[in-house]
Amino acid sequence: MNTMPYLFSAYLAIWIILAIYLYSLWSREKTLREEVERLKERLESRQASADHR
Amino acid sequence: MSRKIRSRFDTVLAIILIPGMALALYMALIQAPRESTMGDLQRIFYFHVAAAIAGMTAFAINFICSIAYIARRNRRWDSLALSAAELGVVYLMIVLITGPIWAKPAWFVWWTWSPRLTLSLVLCLLYISYLLIRNYIEDPEKRALVSAAFGIIAFADTPLVWFSIRWWRDHHPGPMLETGGLAPSMRPAFYVCVAVFQVLMVFLLRRRYCLETMRGDMELLERQSDASR
Repeated sequence: MNTMPYLFSAYLAIWIILAIYLYSLWSREKTLREEVERLKERLESRQASADHR
Repeated sequence: MSRKIRSRFDTVLAIILIPGMALALYMALIQAPRESTMGDLQRIFYFHVAAAIAGMTAFAINFICSIAYIARRNRRWDSLALSAAELGVVYLMIVLITGPIWAKPAWFVWWTWSPRLTLSLVLCLLYISYLLIRNYIEDPEKRALVSAAFGIIAFADTPLVWFSIRWWRDHHPGPMLETGGLAPSMRPAFYVCVAVFQVLMVFLLRRRYCLETMRGDMELLERQSDASR
């Protein structure tokens, strides 16, 4: 029985799972960074307008 | 630890991991001798078992952090517990997918409800539930406490998975290192794969923990924003 396709599939599956997880980490980190920046800006502008008053 | 040192540590881990992964692949697919009965199919074992050990380590970290959270009520323990649980699920997915790929040509079935396989599936479902439960609890302190309690209970399945092949008759191969089932010439490849998967686990755990810390900061900023309205 030729078992090479099974061996190839198993290693391919491992790399696909790890790649998907790494991508999900990267994309979640990117989204969060953007949201933190947006919130910081909103807080700063609110602070500035309060000081102006 | 300062942010700069932490970032340097991550870079060092990443630098170790790139040649480490290449070495692990070389050892598993080329250097290790061909097994006499299973042939090349046995090479799945190196990454399959290494992923299982890394997954168990992640669940053990979750267990320790859950206890630490209940004892100290520090948010950092909860973040680390969550990160470890998520990683454990990723590693267990690798195990649960590569296992049946090996089983089909070896046992002529993709899956059998043997103790080791069933308990591994239950373990995966338990920690998926752990991750899902967190989405349904709004209050961060209550969420952390419920998760910590769930994490401690879920961990009870981990030793059952580990010892199942020793305690019960199982289709799954027995503990190869203890019974001498793994030839000495195959051991270097096995140890390299285990070591690389552990380093990868530490690297991913740190990245995930950073993400969770950032999410906590975000929650804090949102609360500040709401309070200042």
